[in-house]
Amino acid sequence: MTTKDQVEQEEGVTRRDFLYVATGAVGAVGAASVVWPLVDQMNPSADVLALASVEVDLSAIPLGQTLKILWRGKPIFIRHRTAAEIEAAIADNGAIDLIDPEDDQARAERPEWLIMVGVCTHLGCVPLDQRGDFNAWFCPCHGSHYDISGRIRKGPAPRNLEVPKYAFLNDTTVKIG
Amino acid sequence: MGSSNYQPTNKAVKWFEDRLPILGLMHSTLGAGYLAPRNLNYWWNFGSLAGFMLVVQIITGVILVMHYTPHVDMAFRAVEHIMRDVNYGWLIRYTHSNGASMFFVVVYIHILRGMYFGSYKSPREVLWFLGLVIYLLMMATGFMGYVLPWGQMSFWGATVITNLFGAFDFYEGMGESILHLLWGGFAVDNPTLQRFFSLHYLLPFVIVGVVILHIWALHLPGSNNPLGIDAKGPGDKIPFHPYYTAKDLFGLSFFIVILAIFIFYMPNIMGHPDNYIEANPMVTPPHIVPEWYYLPFYTILKAVPDKLFGVIAMFASILIFFVLPWLDGSKIRSAKFRPTTAFFFWLFLLNTLYLGYLGTKLPDEIMIDMAGGIDALTMGRISSIFYFAYFIVIVPLVSRMESTKPVPISIAQSVLDANKKG
Amino acid sequence: MLNRLKNIGLMTLAVSALTIGGLTAANAAGASAYPLKKYDWPHAGPFGMFDKPSLQRGLQVYKEVCASCHSLDMVAFRELKALGYNADEIKAFAAEYEFPNGFDDEGEEKYRKGFPQDYFPAPYANEEEARDANNGAFPPDFSLLGKSREHLSLFTPWNSIYGEDYIVGILNTYHEDAPEGVELADGMSYNEAFPGNLIAMAPPLFDDIVEYADGTPATTEQMAKDVATFMYWAAEPKMEVRKKMGLKVIIFMSILTIMLYFVNRRVWRKIKKGDDLA
Repeated sequence: MTTKDQVEQEEGVTRRDFLYVATGAVGAVGAASVVWPLVDQMNPSADVLALASVEVDLSAIPLGQTLKILWRGKPIFIRHRTAAEIEAAIADNGAIDLIDPEDDQARAERPEWLIMVGVCTHLGCVPLDQRGDFNAWFCPCHGSHYDISGRIRKGPAPRNLEVPKYAFLNDTTVKIG
Repeated sequence: MGSSNYQPTNKAVKWFEDRLPILGLMHSTLGAGYLAPRNLNYWWNFGSLAGFMLVVQIITGVILVMHYTPHVDMAFRAVEHIMRDVNYGWLIRYTHSNGASMFFVVVYIHILRGMYFGSYKSPREVLWFLGLVIYLLMMATGFMGYVLPWGQMSFWGATVITNLFGAFDFYEGMGESILHLLWGGFAVDNPTLQRFFSLHYLLPFVIVGVVILHIWALHLPGSNNPLGIDAKGPGDKIPFHPYYTAKDLFGLSFFIVILAIFIFYMPNIMGHPDNYIEANPMVTPPHIVPEWYYLPFYTILKAVPDKLFGVIAMFASILIFFVLPWLDGSKIRSAKFRPTTAFFFWLFLLNTLYLGYLGTKLPDEIMIDMAGGIDALTMGRISSIFYFAYFIVIVPLVSRMESTKPVPISIAQSVLDANKKG
Repeated sequence: MLNRLKNIGLMTLAVSALTIGGLTAANAAGASAYPLKKYDWPHAGPFGMFDKPSLQRGLQVYKEVCASCHSLDMVAFRELKALGYNADEIKAFAAEYEFPNGFDDEGEEKYRKGFPQDYFPAPYANEEEARDANNGAFPPDFSLLGKSREHLSLFTPWNSIYGEDYIVGILNTYHEDAPEGVELADGMSYNEAFPGNLIAMAPPLFDDIVEYADGTPATTEQMAKDVATFMYWAAEPKMEVRKKMGLKVIIFMSILTIMLYFVNRRVWRKIKKGDDLA
């Protein structure tokens, strides 16, 4: 008699435990899937993502001029370099004062177009055009000097000006991003 | 929320509990430490559902604010930005807008349950007051929230409702001064939108505070129950956890299914289509209706020919709930044993629903096609009179004079009796 | 058990009853007197999804006919992906439009071609210009018309007016001559579906006013249905993802509800029987 009762009780316990655990698991899955929309809403929205890449018409930039555009909330410098500037930039490829050595050829897919994110790698200020020791870019915040290839030559900035991902769609149009 | 007999076994938990006894507080409030009557029916689920909706509204609301701009030139577009561009923005906004309606549904049922089973009666008067304060705060919050999308109904609803306060024109220019103060200008405009936004964000947290007081006040006398008798003996009560946590979770899950049907399949049915037209101070929509949860009071407002007395009647129709504990002189709480009271309660409910229905009608619409046609205004007046008569005449008289049915001696006894029968 | 079922039933009834008073009538209030023809929209109902070819035709009607007066401010070209276009098609579509792009050295306004991230440009620079061109009337923006012209009724769905039916109604119920006794002011037309019947918009659609790329005969009714579908999409672009997610949520929550029902019953078994009292 006692055994029968015990068996019943034990069966009851296991069945009950299974029901509780299963319900708890399903409930936890439900709660977890509610969390995702609440978090994902903070990611960039569709209209922001739509601006993640821009196409720029290069035909309007005269030789020796820099076009500044806003891309992903940051300034982009597009420099139409003269032959002399390209020559100077390549000549400096092995210069000893390069803090972050890099060849100019690696920084500009087409030598006449230098495209960079115009944000100083030190603390995020925007460097000024045609200033500094190299008559190229100079960051007024803490005195970082960049050359005509956007490489850091003097001052506290640790890295060269960043080159964004870009692709030439044709001779006069570049897609940034 | 009194002293707790919570005894943690885990050492780390005990260390923490000795320094901040918050787990004990939870234990004695919503856990096994709170003893609740064993006979609560499903109508008692609506309190926890209301708490759940408050949390849902606060979470979705805080998220919506991350993407919304409270400015007359940008608000309408910002809402559409949420609906179109923000990841899951449509889901969060539809949850918030339908959640507001469902919050009111839940709270109305919670209030009606309190009325039917006499939960407002001694010693729970302050508990009842705090509930009414929550309801009033919800009305203010809901109204100001409806203004934020800056659609046509937002704007004209805000104009009509704020103009009510202009009725308090006791000396020359007083009404106008009140309105200028409310609007921050000479009409509903950008300053109004910005202050409504600020208060719409603030009030829910005030509601949370009053909810805590409401639960505190609940835990002194404990929950009322369908029999309306005091739970005395140990056999009358059971621990809140696991019994009522299981029951509340089941009710909550069922309720979420209903909520989901609205959010995913008829998200705009509780709203007004005109609110998808941007606010335009030059064009009034042909027919302004408030949100459905204000409609009965709107009818009472319209039923009174005088502006000031109309506004007073409307506010009185809500504030009269505060004196209900004294209007009702019965010694028995639950309408289960008061058949006449129960009958008039259902009549009151039907009448209030009808008042709500009338709220959507134009005053001269014919409601009953007899005696040359009885229009909505006349019906509104009859219904409004009954509404007040219920409180002022019916409840005081019936509660003191009706013959009641025998009340069981204890909850436990009634359970045993029921089991013997069934 | 029976008692519990009764309680649940009562609860459901009460929820419905509380809402019935307000909702039905609140929303029926704006109904037009004209009995609108009700169409069987493929995107209606809990499983209804947009008819993509119809959306594309509707876009064509909007672009070639409606867009000369009506803006579509809130829709970006990139969103046309939902109509079944690929990235290159959208780029080409956007490039047909021009947008102001700063000023040249002489101070003249410069223009650039549109990109997918641009929004449909408005036909008029401002409301005054729009009114001036349209006999004093302001052609409403199309972005939300599909939703702002619908009147839904929860408990009397047969009384609901769907924005799409109303739009088709407007486009299909022009009278060449006003009925006897109705004075038509200059530039006004008589329309059965329009509240008040006097509409400032001249009949916009005639058979074959557009030539559909997919060869569908461009009858007035066909074009009206297509543009109404397109406008409803423009107003509620997330409808498809909403309904799909809703199905999953409701199935999931129903299963959880059933499980919790059994959990609850098991927790309460002894108490319900009063075993603890005996």
